[in-house]
Amino acid sequence: MTIKNQAYIVGAFEHPTRKAADKSVAQLHAEVAIGALTDAGLAKSDVDGYFCAGDAPGTGPLSMVDYLNLKVRHLDSTDIGGASYLLHVAHAAEAIAAGRCNVALITLAGRPRSEGVATGTAPRVRNPNEPDVQWESPFGLTVVNGYAMAAMRHMYQFGTTSEQLAWIKVAASHHAQHNPRAMLRNVVTVADVVNSPMVADPLHRLDCCVISDGGGALVVVRPEIAKILKRPRVKVRGAGEASKHQQGGDIDLTYSGAVISGPAAFAEAGVKPSDIKYASIYDSFTITVLIQIEDLGFCAKGQGGRFVSDGNLIAGVGRLPFNTDGGGLCNNHPANRGGMTKVIEAVRQLRSEAHPAVQVKNCDLALAHGTGGMLSTRHGSATLILER
Amino acid sequence: MATTRSIPAPHPHPDTQAFWDAAVNGKFLIRRCDACGKTHWYPRPICPFCASPATQWVEASGRGTVYSYSVNRHADPVYIIAYVTLAEGPTMLTNLVDCNPDEPLIGRAVKLVFTPTDGGPPVPTFTLA
Repeated sequence: MTIKNQAYIVGAFEHPTRKAADKSVAQLHAEVAIGALTDAGLAKSDVDGYFCAGDAPGTGPLSMVDYLNLKVRHLDSTDIGGASYLLHVAHAAEAIAAGRCNVALITLAGRPRSEGVATGTAPRVRNPNEPDVQWESPFGLTVVNGYAMAAMRHMYQFGTTSEQLAWIKVAASHHAQHNPRAMLRNVVTVADVVNSPMVADPLHRLDCCVISDGGGALVVVRPEIAKILKRPRVKVRGAGEASKHQQGGDIDLTYSGAVISGPAAFAEAGVKPSDIKYASIYDSFTITVLIQIEDLGFCAKGQGGRFVSDGNLIAGVGRLPFNTDGGGLCNNHPANRGGMTKVIEAVRQLRSEAHPAVQVKNCDLALAHGTGGMLSTRHGSATLILER
Repeated sequence: MATTRSIPAPHPHPDTQAFWDAAVNGKFLIRRCDACGKTHWYPRPICPFCASPATQWVEASGRGTVYSYSVNRHADPVYIIAYVTLAEGPTMLTNLVDCNPDEPLIGRAVKLVFTPTDGGPPVPTFTLA
């Protein structure tokens, strides 16, 4: 079975808030759900499949289907961290193709900014029954230093430089200047990035994404329903997913699960990296973008530093316009999970609804990709190829 | 420079208690599979390579090389997190202690030194050999 051409994204909504001190997480989920359904021209009562991940409060999807008062016949709360929502689009397409549901709703929301979560710089509080926690927590593993070790190795092995990584932030900032809701709207230079304070060598403050409240939602439906709706249709053309981990101690930090999920998605879609007009690439840190771009086949392994330099990721300037909303690096990173906004900006591009300054001309084929969890220990990867 | 970072006590599981008991006695154990002959990290009863239950504890040499690392500048005191590839094969997450965080460390030879924790068994860390 393939999901190629079996489902369409017909609704997409990004919550406008970046700080939601006066709202609950459940309320944010409800607001994005209604936003995406309204965008699609559908009602809550049309939803018969619901998808969410670990940001949704409660046991899997149960509290949220209760709160939203959804009556669904298909549920999926697969959690691979921030990449979950890319995977949910693929799982929704699978469920639709198998006849398990017709209208799938996917939501994400959270408020780490209001809650003052030290997202990147303090070790996470973890369940002591996790088998790996006793081998990691004593050593002060944090999100930033975990990704930093991948960057340090990439520099050692391939000669990648801090200046090359900085170009990724520079490109994101060029896009964010056009997004009135972006948290960081000032255009920055390579010098600004490499002169920002070091957080965990070799990652500087400006190599990191923002911390924001907010959320987003998507509605995925079967082709017959998409055809009767008024919004531009975005077809799910291919998808891939993978996990990568410590492999019993056989560790190689230079690649991610995208080496599996990317080729799988391209094969299903029947296209190649050079066909992609726009790419949403998960940008928790600059190094995340660089490794994924290599793994997805936009350039050879080790050549990512050269590829991202000199504005090659800037819309209207470079070969691979990426994250034209400003991405997690400048716009927002709701619930510390960037996968939802990756899909939403790809949908905007394919609908020709991105900001005119960053809209890619004739954007008929886009890729969205995410890495969830921790790049250097264990993570999930999900790739989507979407078509107008 | 020395790190005097307060290290939280590890939380042993029934299948890893022997490792932490040995650590208290200054012994660094790793897990080897008699079926496929490979050692793995982190230790577990079922071999992650061949799925055999015929695994056993063996004492490791405590020698290794730095695969990668990062310096946590945000912390006070600053500390170094690292992946060290053991002479026996597997690569493990750890800290580098008594090292200059401003000099390149990847590829350097290191040796085991146990570091005390807050009320628990010591944890395996490494310093330049």
